[in-house]
Amino acid sequence: MSDTMKQPTSWPDAAGLEATGERMPGDLGGPRLLVGTRKGAWILAADAARRDWAATAPIFLGHVVQHLVADPRDGRTLLMAAKTGHLGPTVFRSTDGGRSWCEAGRPPMFRTGDAHGRSVRTVFWLTPGHASEPGTWYAGASPQGLFRTDDGGDTWSPVDGWNDHTQWGTWAEWPDIEGTPDGSMLHSVIVDPRDRAHLYIGLSGGGVFESTDGGADWRPMNAGCAMDFAPDTDVETGHDPHCVRLHPLRPDRLYQQNHCGIYRLDRPAERWERIGDNMPRDVGDIGFPIELHPRDPDTAWVFPMDGTDVWPRTSPGGRPAAYRTGDAGASWTRLDAGLPDRGWFTVKRQAMCVDAHDPVGVYLGTTGGEIWASRDEGESWARIAAHLPEIYSLEIA
Amino acid sequence: MKVRIGSPLRSYTGNASTVAAGGATVAALIEDLDRQFPGLAFRIVDEQGRLRPHMVVWLGQERCRDLTASLDGLAEVVIMQALSGG
Repeated sequence: MSDTMKQPTSWPDAAGLEATGERMPGDLGGPRLLVGTRKGAWILAADAARRDWAATAPIFLGHVVQHLVADPRDGRTLLMAAKTGHLGPTVFRSTDGGRSWCEAGRPPMFRTGDAHGRSVRTVFWLTPGHASEPGTWYAGASPQGLFRTDDGGDTWSPVDGWNDHTQWGTWAEWPDIEGTPDGSMLHSVIVDPRDRAHLYIGLSGGGVFESTDGGADWRPMNAGCAMDFAPDTDVETGHDPHCVRLHPLRPDRLYQQNHCGIYRLDRPAERWERIGDNMPRDVGDIGFPIELHPRDPDTAWVFPMDGTDVWPRTSPGGRPAAYRTGDAGASWTRLDAGLPDRGWFTVKRQAMCVDAHDPVGVYLGTTGGEIWASRDEGESWARIAAHLPEIYSLEIA
Repeated sequence: MKVRIGSPLRSYTGNASTVAAGGATVAALIEDLDRQFPGLAFRIVDEQGRLRPHMVVWLGQERCRDLTASLDGLAEVVIMQALSGG
């Protein structure tokens, strides 16, 4: 571990912040981390060196927060995908950076009388819309529904072209399996920065799908992906992408961490290339998250998990490590300096993120309620938060 | 009619534990509650009109399993929540 990266970095007592009435850490000059957990949300803020961190008191304590996302288009709006054990799924909105919140007037929901009898169990994924559509967001749900708002998250409508697609019942595998963030859901909603009508989505299970008409029609895009849980893997759908990312500076390049490997696709090619074959054999290429370098389309990070035997889904051998490629997946480097020698946690598909600093900061949130940060692109890690509930998502604001 | 509101729903009722609402059926009562406290109905029933799994409506000593149930003769409805798990 780097000697400039003390462990742990400061972690102010959340109750103390609450006692002073402070809902937000001040602007400390560095990035903010938006933390979604099984029991509420937290916001962390760093100084410009990203060495010291401060945290809010819990936000919506007791609510299941699947995703908390900042709007890069206005710098102040936050949307939160939330529910509680008792109450239904909803979206909360803040237009002052998280100081105050209100609930969506019409949360994401299927149409009454839906042909499949679906109701939203969980709002799982939030994606800000295209830069040219400032009030637009997309939400992915469990079961695998897609929803859209054009007023900044107040009123949501079903994307009928997806939800009512004649093939939905075939494409959306195991829609009744619950347990989000496990089970079935629609995730990885991606808007092509060149074309607001060009969308990708990921379904667990189901696969990757593409629309070129703003969501009116869709087609599967899974050629080349393994499907080790089926006898015939050369099929169009039924796949299980865990996380799909598009590089904003090279929008024809997609990366995917799948249930069965790590892949890259350079459009207009149609067949995913398994770049996870270049991972060490004893580690494998199973995992949940994949994150991209904001300025280098050849650089990506993954956090492998054990997909052998009965699928423990903890780090292979109990030795937590991220892996980074700097050559678009041709080779991978193990990054474990500062991480525990032994650990038995999982990093869920939304619980890894990167900032835009130079060098890039990389952040991991664990099922054990810890947040690990690297200020040097993964070369060394320090724990910046502990004793949180199970972490479901991390995003940079 | 008096409607007792469980704690998870009180953020919608201004923290009131008891409110007044009316209707011939449970569904109509929930609609009236939603008119008074916007957003409350979607917390109790889903978009297909099904009672959410951890939501319990008591009509006197009877647990309501059918939202078309009549409220005739009832003075009070209790909307409670029972959560499992840790």
